[in-house]
Amino acid sequence: MRSATPTNPVSRTGKNRSVKPGVIVVYAVLIFLTFIWITPTIGLLISSVRPADAVSSSGWWTVIADPSNAEFTLDNYRTALGIQTAARKHANVNLLSALVNTIAVAVPSTIIPILIAAAAAYGFAWIRFPGRRWLFVIIVGLMSVPLQVSLIPVLRDYIKIGLNGTYLGVWLAHTGFGLPLAVYLLYNYISTIPRDIFESAFIDGATHFTIFTRLILPLSTPALASFATFQFLWTWNDLLVALVFLSADAGTQVLTQRLLGLIGSFGQDWHLLTAGAFISMIIPLTVFFLLQRYFVRGLTAGSVKQ
Amino acid sequence: MMRPAPEPQPRPGLRVRLDTPLWRGVLIALVTAVAIAFLLETFFFLRDATLPQWLLALLAIVWGVGGVMLLFTLAAYLVEQFPATWKRRLIPIVFVGPAVAVVVGYLLLPTIRTLVASFYDANGQQFVGLANYVYAFSSREMLTSFRNNFLFWLTFGTSFSVVFGLIIAVMADRTHPVFEKVCKAIIFMPMAISMVGASVIWKFVYEYRPPGSNQIGLLNALVTALGGDPAPWLLRQPWNNLFLVFIFVWLQTGFAMVVFSAAIKNVPSELLEAGRIDGANEVQVFFHITLPTIKGTVLTVATTVVLGTLKIFDVVQSMTGGNYGTQVIANVQYTQMFRQFNYGRAAAVAIVLLLVVLPIMLYNLRDFSKRTEAF
Repeated sequence: MRSATPTNPVSRTGKNRSVKPGVIVVYAVLIFLTFIWITPTIGLLISSVRPADAVSSSGWWTVIADPSNAEFTLDNYRTALGIQTAARKHANVNLLSALVNTIAVAVPSTIIPILIAAAAAYGFAWIRFPGRRWLFVIIVGLMSVPLQVSLIPVLRDYIKIGLNGTYLGVWLAHTGFGLPLAVYLLYNYISTIPRDIFESAFIDGATHFTIFTRLILPLSTPALASFATFQFLWTWNDLLVALVFLSADAGTQVLTQRLLGLIGSFGQDWHLLTAGAFISMIIPLTVFFLLQRYFVRGLTAGSVKQ
Repeated sequence: MMRPAPEPQPRPGLRVRLDTPLWRGVLIALVTAVAIAFLLETFFFLRDATLPQWLLALLAIVWGVGGVMLLFTLAAYLVEQFPATWKRRLIPIVFVGPAVAVVVGYLLLPTIRTLVASFYDANGQQFVGLANYVYAFSSREMLTSFRNNFLFWLTFGTSFSVVFGLIIAVMADRTHPVFEKVCKAIIFMPMAISMVGASVIWKFVYEYRPPGSNQIGLLNALVTALGGDPAPWLLRQPWNNLFLVFIFVWLQTGFAMVVFSAAIKNVPSELLEAGRIDGANEVQVFFHITLPTIKGTVLTVATTVVLGTLKIFDVVQSMTGGNYGTQVIANVQYTQMFRQFNYGRAAAVAIVLLLVVLPIMLYNLRDFSKRTEAF
């Protein structure tokens, strides 16, 4: 990289107006990288609205080169969602049912761990009891345990008590796997709330429960939103937990599972795959851009689950 | 709520006072029992019901979220009715108990049970000693996995994500705020996409058609436009691994960039200015001032990305299924568990995965206990 001349310091925030070769290089590199980063997604989006024949016979970029001859259609989305099953071989694509299932899996899998973790974070931060440091270290220390070590025993228990293939089973699994990070993030936040805020509530005779629900939860909204974004994206995009605990019944499969199935059975039908992939992306992308501020705050808070 | 009188025992009297803590306790215990019975009953109803799917999903969400709230509220009220000494003992259980129970039940005990299972045969009946570990450390697929996980995924995946993240964070910091924002949003966006979705996106980029026909995959179209021959990239061993790794880099660079960006903005400008006045150019400023200042952040990000590369599963499962020399540890674990139904081997491979990430876990834990010494 060429750099600015040392005699003429460039302000870090780029407020210096004179254009230097170094600055041009910086812009060029960034434009090049963002171009590489965004192009595959644009290709996906364009292909998902092109007719099946066009997708399989010419590259999606021909649409940009020659927009006047391009044809666009929403048929791929209709077929993928199972709204219109004109072609019989696509009858079992039905991503609409997978979409409903994904919502039913992801929403409680986000809210339940938040409730449990917030209560625990409050307990660890503001209630004195013996062994609290050890319990805290155990919970948070299990943060990066690969969930593979849990799958077989939990699956066996589920089969025994009839939880396999149920929403509840997946919620609890996601709760268990997400809880260490949740407790860690929420503890970091809740423990820094100044004590005098609820000291007076205690003096007025408020119970822990009242203080927790009326004071702590509202005050912790940024931290809750931060973890919620994490956990929602994580559970929405998860494949492994769904494969293990939902695989028994096709009717309860989530989007990632169905998409994986589509790659296997319609691997060459790019018009369908691209539409399906976009269907699976639209909600997490929306949540992500709406709550990006909180998400970033959670990321920079130190530790991240993978 | 009325506070109970200083002496909590029910006063002897002719009239049975329903407002005493004892009676209220009994009442709430009863309500709790009914609530649990109701939740169980509705669970079995919903599990076996044949309702329209959207309605079932909606009811399930209400049932799950509402159920947890209801149980927590009832437990909290129940505990409030106990005498002060008992209350002090029980309140921590209400708040911390559920989290401890879930973590013990879903992470701690299963880990121990998996360790035990790794010494038993496929069905968990017969003790087989170290046979499963012999498989885990010497079978061809596991040896391929070690090579791929460490050489391709860990080395290339981590270094590319971290270096790209750093370059973009440092450079974007010097551009116009609007440009910086757009640029970072684009790099960050893949973080919201599932690895399966990303695999579809990139499989389409890598798509191969025989020479002579129209290439619809971007990469082969570029190669042929430049006069090269199209290639089935995902079949070319061992370099196909790099094509998978790049999908991961595409997903992870945004994470690295965002964390680095926040750290870079915290580097004191006086420090940077001082360096520049001393005659350092921007590259020197980066290597001698910025990088040493954010060293801790780089390490944290790198360990997080390393964990991701060691546990990688989704990308391999959706791109190649672990075929063509792209096998990884987590995919062997899945295959043994759900294709071979060999629980013993699957357990041993899971333990190997745990051992592989253990150094990083311990490092994080040490780091973390240093930070919570004032606990």
